[in-house]
Amino acid sequence: MFKYIVRRILNLIPVLLIISILIFGIIKMAPGDPLSTRLDPKSTVEQRNAEREKLGLNDPVPVQYWRWLSKSIRGDFGESITYRQPVKDVVPGFIWNTFLLNVVVYIIAFLISIPIGVICAVKQYSKTDNFWTIFSIIGISMPSFFFGLLLIYFFAVKLNWFPINGMITPGKNAVGFARAKDILHHMFLPAIVLTIGSMASLVRYTRTSMLEVINQDYIRTARSKGLREKVVIYRHAFRNALIPIVTIIGFTIPSLFSGAVILETVFVWPGIGNVMMESITARDYNMMMALNMFFALLTLLGNLLADIGYALVDPRIKVD
Amino acid sequence: MEGGEQVTEKNLEIEKKPVNMNNNEAEQEILSPWKMFVRKFKKNKVSIVGLIILIIMILSALLAPILTPYDPYEMDYSKINEPPSKEHWLGTDEVGRDYLTRILYGGRVSMKVGLFAVIIEIIIGALIGGLAGYYGGWVDNILMRFSEIVMSFPFLPLAITISAVIGTKVEPQRRMYIVMMIIGFLSWPGLARMVRGQILSLREQEFVQAARALGIRDSKIILRHLIPNTVGYIIVSATLGMAGAIMSESGLSFLGLGVTPPTPTWGNLIQNAREVYILRNRMWLWLPPGVCIFLAVMSINLLGDGLRDAIDPKSK
Repeated sequence: MFKYIVRRILNLIPVLLIISILIFGIIKMAPGDPLSTRLDPKSTVEQRNAEREKLGLNDPVPVQYWRWLSKSIRGDFGESITYRQPVKDVVPGFIWNTFLLNVVVYIIAFLISIPIGVICAVKQYSKTDNFWTIFSIIGISMPSFFFGLLLIYFFAVKLNWFPINGMITPGKNAVGFARAKDILHHMFLPAIVLTIGSMASLVRYTRTSMLEVINQDYIRTARSKGLREKVVIYRHAFRNALIPIVTIIGFTIPSLFSGAVILETVFVWPGIGNVMMESITARDYNMMMALNMFFALLTLLGNLLADIGYALVDPRIKVD
Repeated sequence: MEGGEQVTEKNLEIEKKPVNMNNNEAEQEILSPWKMFVRKFKKNKVSIVGLIILIIMILSALLAPILTPYDPYEMDYSKINEPPSKEHWLGTDEVGRDYLTRILYGGRVSMKVGLFAVIIEIIIGALIGGLAGYYGGWVDNILMRFSEIVMSFPFLPLAITISAVIGTKVEPQRRMYIVMMIIGFLSWPGLARMVRGQILSLREQEFVQAARALGIRDSKIILRHLIPNTVGYIIVSATLGMAGAIMSESGLSFLGLGVTPPTPTWGNLIQNAREVYILRNRMWLWLPPGVCIFLAVMSINLLGDGLRDAIDPKSK
């Protein structure tokens, strides 16, 4: 198992390299001189050239790529023009904010959806099942930004129960418990959008994989042995249905984070999604590259986690 | 070269005969696959509802010039920001364009982007999946590694970055095509994997061996014999893929990085609501396009589910 994990991690390196080349290439195609935002417009041609030389912008692109890569590996992603600080100092704060929102949602969504999915499968075509099937279809088809706007309109604008956007009330320098309460208050609406969105697909997925197992021969055998229904469902069926569910856990992580781009824009939540949009408007290329690499790494780790989880729970998969 | 083609054409004729015979037999005794499919699909009431909603939406988009007397681009500064009225059912926007007209024409663009993104996805996916499945070995290895890499791209951030970088070089009217390509080029790997899996099992069957023994070119075997056999699965995943593509387009356009004004799409029409004033006071500007996206995506999803159940031989 250990060997398998190490090999999978080593496999990530070439993939990450290819993605980094792609991202670097795309950003290099960007119009506009990266200098224009650094120097004042009155600077002479000589000054500009000297600055270009200093920043290495006159070197061939592969050389520039190599320089960027070797610095990035050491965690140096250059300076962000919007924040006038090294990217590596700014980004962790935003990652933390996104993480805060997503982790809460993630845990709630899983804790609720899996039991619901199981119940729906066991009582297929019952009223409960129908209700959750409709719920899933609506949840899957609802664009997160539209759902977010609806919630803001009803609960923040009309009823005034929650703040319209942001993470903390501006000017209210609360600390400790009061601060946590303030953040939770701001977090409520975006968390609802995310939870319902991920629940929709999780319930559906759990239900399908559970149904597949319930119709297997060994479940019939277990029933005909005279086992109690509870034992049949939870010991025999659920444990096997869990295998595909584990993979979904891995795949959900990156999709939650990249979905954050849209949702954080709607709720102006100061996470990496919001910063990503900011960096695009401001043409903050160092920031864009770093964030893209972060998202790519996250996607790869999610896939890796899914594969490892799969190998761990399914004894039929041989790893060596 | 000429000789080769003649041979293949003859072969095709030989092959068509037994197929026709099978069809005749099927009509007399058992249901043909197509009839079985239609019968199963008709039973699925929910999918029929999806199909009806979708047809209504497509028709209203196609018939937009007949349904509305206004032009989606013509500005009228004497009538800006009007609330809904008899002349303008959904009011007018900030430059006096009829909003319902914008939504109808926006539907055209949104669905067109979805459709073409999926077509790009199918062409790449079926081709790569077909090649990998048919040749196996190192070809399979390389193509599947490649699709794994594309699969591990972070979709939304990358789409946003590409759109932001390339989009600025393109005039607004052409951005639609860029969006189609971004979505299409980033979402084919799932389809490629599925086609590959299907073809892996198909290529061992007798009809492929027969075709090979008759000396039919590989390209023809893949395109004429193998891929048509996976068409059912391709249609299902294309349908579900179109729902996803419409969703992606609307998300990108909402962020201002998809199709940009003056071209209307459902996604960029909702962008208005990012202003709290409009969100609060002019609900008719953001609610209808949002409902349109929701209905379109939902009806396509329902249709896709129904198609999948009807095609799956295991389902009853």
